[in-house]
Amino acid sequence: MKTISSAQLREIESIVKTGRVLANESDRYSYSFDGSFGTYLPDVVIQTKSVKELADLVKLANREKIPVYPRGHATSLSGGPLPIKGGMVFDLSVMDDLLEIHEEDLIAVVSPGVLTSSIHEAAEKKGLMYPPDPSSSHISTIGGNLAENSGGPRGLKYGVTKDYVIGLEVITPQGEIIQTGGRTMKNVTGYDLTKLIVGSEGTLGIITKAILRLIPKPPASETVMAIFDSLADAGKAISKILTSGILPSKMELMDNASIAAVENYQPIGLPKNAEALVLIELDGHPAAVADEAAKAAKVCREIGAKNVRIPESKSEAEELWKARKLVSPAIVQMKPTKISEDATVPLSKIPEMCYRLQEIKKKYNLHLVVFGHAGDGNLHPNIIADKSDKEEMLRVEQAIAEIFKTTVELGGTLSGEHGIGTMKAPFMEMELGTAGLEMMKRMKRAWDKNNIMNPGKIFPEPGQKLVLRE
Amino acid sequence: MNKDLEPLKKELNYEKTNRCIQCGYCLPVCPTYATMGKETHSPRGRIHLIKMVGEGRIADLSALEEPIDLCLGCRACETACPTGVEYGILFEAAKAAITRRKKFSFPIRAVRNTLFKKVFPSRKAMNFLGNSLWLYEKSGIQKLARTSRLMNILPSRLRELEAIAPAAASPRGRSNLPRMTPAKGKKKYTVAFFLGCVMDAMFRKINELSIKLLSEAGCDVIVIENQTCCGALHLHAGEEEQSKNLAKKNIAAFEMEEVDFIVNNAGGCGAMLFEYDRLLADDALWAERAKHFSEKIKDISQILVLGGGVQTKKRMPERVTYQRSCHMTNVTKVTKEPLQLIQSIPNVELIEMNDRDMCCGSAGIYNIVNYDESMKILNKKMKDVKDTEAATVITTNPGCLIQLKLGIEREKLQGKLRAVHLVEYLAEASGIFES
Repeated sequence: MKTISSAQLREIESIVKTGRVLANESDRYSYSFDGSFGTYLPDVVIQTKSVKELADLVKLANREKIPVYPRGHATSLSGGPLPIKGGMVFDLSVMDDLLEIHEEDLIAVVSPGVLTSSIHEAAEKKGLMYPPDPSSSHISTIGGNLAENSGGPRGLKYGVTKDYVIGLEVITPQGEIIQTGGRTMKNVTGYDLTKLIVGSEGTLGIITKAILRLIPKPPASETVMAIFDSLADAGKAISKILTSGILPSKMELMDNASIAAVENYQPIGLPKNAEALVLIELDGHPAAVADEAAKAAKVCREIGAKNVRIPESKSEAEELWKARKLVSPAIVQMKPTKISEDATVPLSKIPEMCYRLQEIKKKYNLHLVVFGHAGDGNLHPNIIADKSDKEEMLRVEQAIAEIFKTTVELGGTLSGEHGIGTMKAPFMEMELGTAGLEMMKRMKRAWDKNNIMNPGKIFPEPGQKLVLRE
Repeated sequence: MNKDLEPLKKELNYEKTNRCIQCGYCLPVCPTYATMGKETHSPRGRIHLIKMVGEGRIADLSALEEPIDLCLGCRACETACPTGVEYGILFEAAKAAITRRKKFSFPIRAVRNTLFKKVFPSRKAMNFLGNSLWLYEKSGIQKLARTSRLMNILPSRLRELEAIAPAAASPRGRSNLPRMTPAKGKKKYTVAFFLGCVMDAMFRKINELSIKLLSEAGCDVIVIENQTCCGALHLHAGEEEQSKNLAKKNIAAFEMEEVDFIVNNAGGCGAMLFEYDRLLADDALWAERAKHFSEKIKDISQILVLGGGVQTKKRMPERVTYQRSCHMTNVTKVTKEPLQLIQSIPNVELIEMNDRDMCCGSAGIYNIVNYDESMKILNKKMKDVKDTEAATVITTNPGCLIQLKLGIEREKLQGKLRAVHLVEYLAEASGIFES
């Protein structure tokens, strides 16, 4: 759908003095996708480092009612940056110049195109840590992390992106440039717009700068691996550890399907017949982590782990974490299409959720693999399918709907860290209720009367259903 | 589903695009994404464009032309890819599809025909080129051209390439590569040596030294007469049929001798030879023969390590850095042996550069065809090389060697930094060759 006229395009070109306006077919198609599903063609893609130019473009967009989509490196698994109604894509990955660590204030000041891993590295050089670490951190931009409120395995102990954002610079849908929050750890001056913007998936404004909180880097870490005869036992062990006075920095789960997939893909000596594997990382003072590792190992044995291992060297520990990293590439060797969900349940419901996922897997006869940040209830049920098989994809859609339903029943949420985007929008009302969803819509309308900021995300269109068949 | 699109889908290997999950892990390793700064010139973007053409959403293949032409084909994206997308196959198929439909203007078509059909495959023609280079240097024309203002009138790119033209071997020196060089000491292996076209024309000396090193390492080295160009330059220019013909010629030539390995010293050629099995997989008559051939392909560094390393003499302390051949890193996966050999030399300190796996921008004839883009990539590479403060940058492919020499010339680092092939460096260290 072509929404931009040639006169409007000329005006866009006259505003963008320092950057580039990409409008040919191959460029537009190259910005028509993200890490999720679907191809949506933007009319034009803009690359500029100038906040002023971006703000002027938003003013134009608001006047002419042209949709605007902020985009980083488009690693989104929920459709966040997809230009589903045409219009302008802002490629903010070009805004990668600003990365300051102010160790005396324990903060980092960054522009949205900076890679998350670059912030990790810069902070570590000063003995500090920026804890959120989504697994795509070496490629994802901080702007995308902020918009989607990304998490990662360390969420259990350290929380997610929003817990580390104390200030923002934002272009409003009217094209004004505002500052929210600031450089202080405490700040109760007025509404907390910072927290509202983080996780709003680009529907309320465009983040052009962020002030992030840093913490001292823990001096030591220790890993524990435990193998279980049933997924439910693994779930029990996870719950038990969390109530035994230990807070691991990571607690990751791999089910039998993911263990077998890794072993078939790159054999590293995991027991192929094991039903579940739990990997635990503890960090902090060396004496404390050694003690906690022993305690965690003891809990696992008591629950009935058939094998518990505390690696003796750093390289041995790295080898174990490599297994976890290999799950994603390993499982797509079976079939090409991966639907990665991030439904999250309360900690006490982890064993129940594990059990229910196995039921869903059987019921719909699908390759459903469970792995993920089990420690924070953020299981990643991944369905591996082939999108050219329409019949199978229909079963996938049904299974996903049932996963969401189960999650909500157990008091959980549709999305722990990937965002709602286009894919989960149809399920919003189920979790929030009519009034709850309506309240969010009212806020959106108050911010963005003309609905130009990333339209088509979060809120379902009337009658919208999850469709993965193209 | 549109049935008319089926042949196009097949031609483009459309099915293989579905392996891409668009995670973006290829972005940080792609040299052209770094220098050109848009998805259109990223692996993920290119794959998506191929997919869109296959689905008929992009009606005209010309939309693919620039993104595919400006791809270096370094295949770093394959190494970074978590799902195993066969980008090389997609790239080659797209290139061939574009070339098939393209109407080249007469002079371009003529140059392509001459280069691809007559020059690279012909050892005689490449010898002639090598001799011309020698004559050009020895006759004083080079000196005259360099000192006179003549060179200033030439377009800058020719001037730069002229400045780094290597010392070519004399016609006498060129003519006599022995058919068989026996192993020094106890014979461990019989190997056939693959000469390569550019390597042999421009860097004959490196081929000679390679044979000496192999012989020192216990190999009987055979130089097979009827061998020809590997065909990589053809394949990457979209001339798929021609590259297949060359592959068949080479396979037939090397089948004449019973050898343990077929050894090359050019990362790019090595990768091409290594993939003959894939190139000819659908050819019932050749598939098995190609497989047999490809299994024997080894880089010289692998054989030297296998033969027990290179005996080196004591030398002055020196700091060096290593620019990998992309196709050794990403296709043949020969990564450890060159490092082992460099590190085995006493007093040599190897400092790795930033983005060490990043292409130097040479990429076959990319630096001639896409000069400006290639120079942007080279500038970035030269910065990383300079940061190591190395006196020597070592490489394992003739194209990279030319490119790095060009970089040194452009940065005016002559005398402070030199570029050499690993074979030259090892020969120097072992005392069989004084540079």
